[in-house]
Amino acid sequence: MSTLTAPETAAGPSGPSQFSHRSGTRGTKNVIATGVMWAAFLVALVPLAWIMWVVLSKGWDVLASATWWQKDQSGALPPGFDHAVRGGRHAVVGTLLMATLTSVIAVPIAVLTAIYLVEYGRGRTARLVSFMVDILSGIPSIVAALFIFAVWVTTFGLKLVPACASLALAMLMIPVVTRSTEEMLKLVPNELREASYALGVPKWRTIVKVVLPTAFSGIVTGVLLGFARVAGETAPLLLLAAYSPYLNQNLFSGSMGALPTLINNQFLNIADPISADRVWGAAATLILLVLVINLLGRLVGRFAKVHR
Amino acid sequence: MTSSITGRSIVDETPSPESPTPLTADRAGTGRLGDRLFGVAATGAGLSVVVIVTLVAVFLLAQAIPALAQNHANFVFSTQWRTSTPMAFGIAALLWATVATSLVALVVAVPFSVAIALFLTEYSPRWLAKPAAALIDLLAAVPSIVYGLWGGYVVAQKWAPIQEGIATALGWIPLLGKVPGITGGSTIFFVGLILAIMILPIITALSREVFAQTPIAHKEGAYALGATKWEMIRTAVLPFGRPGVISASMLGLGRALGETIAVLMILSALPQGTAWSWSLFNGGSTFASKIESAAAEFTGGLATGAFIAAGLVLFILTFVVNAIARVIIERRKAFTE
Repeated sequence: MSTLTAPETAAGPSGPSQFSHRSGTRGTKNVIATGVMWAAFLVALVPLAWIMWVVLSKGWDVLASATWWQKDQSGALPPGFDHAVRGGRHAVVGTLLMATLTSVIAVPIAVLTAIYLVEYGRGRTARLVSFMVDILSGIPSIVAALFIFAVWVTTFGLKLVPACASLALAMLMIPVVTRSTEEMLKLVPNELREASYALGVPKWRTIVKVVLPTAFSGIVTGVLLGFARVAGETAPLLLLAAYSPYLNQNLFSGSMGALPTLINNQFLNIADPISADRVWGAAATLILLVLVINLLGRLVGRFAKVHR
Repeated sequence: MTSSITGRSIVDETPSPESPTPLTADRAGTGRLGDRLFGVAATGAGLSVVVIVTLVAVFLLAQAIPALAQNHANFVFSTQWRTSTPMAFGIAALLWATVATSLVALVVAVPFSVAIALFLTEYSPRWLAKPAAALIDLLAAVPSIVYGLWGGYVVAQKWAPIQEGIATALGWIPLLGKVPGITGGSTIFFVGLILAIMILPIITALSREVFAQTPIAHKEGAYALGATKWEMIRTAVLPFGRPGVISASMLGLGRALGETIAVLMILSALPQGTAWSWSLFNGGSTFASKIESAAAEFTGGLATGAFIAAGLVLFILTFVVNAIARVIIERRKAFTE
């Protein structure tokens, strides 16, 4: 950030002259611009505060009840006949399981890709890989889901399992983690690498023992931010992971509930107060989950050994 | 705003002391087994990304072709969407809704984002800059289904009377005309507004980064000529950051084009055979929301192929937009590094 401040009062060493004289309109424009910048920032905070207020105020009662965290939706009656909110444990567990499997798939590929881009890649191939990482980060989640569907169901004729959603989510997570890891690896001072080479350490051990540990907390930050992003992703789940109101802890069979699909499932009956409670409860849980992971990621980033 | 005011000066070409030195350890590999294996693994991971993107295109194309062969309507210009036999589907209506919502989002979000980025880099007091940037970033952390819920269920009701007012006052403009049968706020224009909030943090974050890189010499030069703060921004910061802002906007546009669940939850879908209208106060479906709305009926047959064809168009659209963003960034790098 710049350390400059506008010379608001300076009239120049030679005193006010024809050129340093600030006409009324110029001054007014300056004041208006300052006001516009402040206003834009304050206006942007309105939706944030509004969303937080709506979701947390409507979902708070559900969040505060122990049942929500202990039970699933088994025994739920059709909307209008049910008088208990019941639990969201199946959805919380489902979201965490799917996002964890996603990370297990995506993180090794992403970190290795970043290592390739920083430590190995030169010339055309590296530029192509870097370009494709950008393209992958721009692929809409629904297209990733369609792709997995086209491969898994149409081409191989397999039955959809919750892990399919993780495959699609991994496509969204790879570019996020690759880019953040790449940034961190670039920040590792070259002197560290050279010192290691000078001691006769092979390149791969230099990367594993010197470069990665130095950039470790930054990489963890990237992984957590990626985790938070895929945990809140809905579109691939609707296409690939059918919602189930029962707790399922097996990613490779049956269907599995998740917080976004729980919201989507109950949203149709939002006129019913019990369904509405479930919707806002799940939304509040999801927002809190994503925010906590996000904050955790930023906190870990504070302990980074390398800084911008 | 003419770029000749500042142009590119020698300052841009001189490497700054804090810029990272290029890595030179290319020959550090020892050729031992461990080194070779690790090198192959890293290169393989890098290439896997290329393979994934290629496979997406190949698989979508392969699955779209059989459905397109059975299509009885013009794929590009037809506004019908019938996937039961005889199939007749075209993307005209989907393309219009997708592009219209995204453009509304862009037109609203870009000025806001630029102003906020300028606020964060130039105007905000020092103690406020970091927490303020974190708050704006929080907007990006809100899951899109929550935007859909909030927009469709809470804000749409407040928006409806405003929209009614605009349509009454400016209804003679075809884009802002009233559409018979559409009540409430769940229109293309309103979805655009919600999308604008969703892409605002992306555009802001990237713009902020480029604005912060404006060479101090440019700024000092502007001040030395007696510029006010606003004039300094107009003549030094904005011309320098323009390519960055454009490419950030393209990335935001790409995000808006592909947004699925928020659009699906807010935008009221039109029944088959509804009369065509150019109005932004109409309902409709975007590519993404159309595909998602049919997700439950996917069987892998020809009907699914029609939706995959729509997905392919969306893929191409976002590919092009993201590629343009990338090219603009690359060109700028060539100037500044």
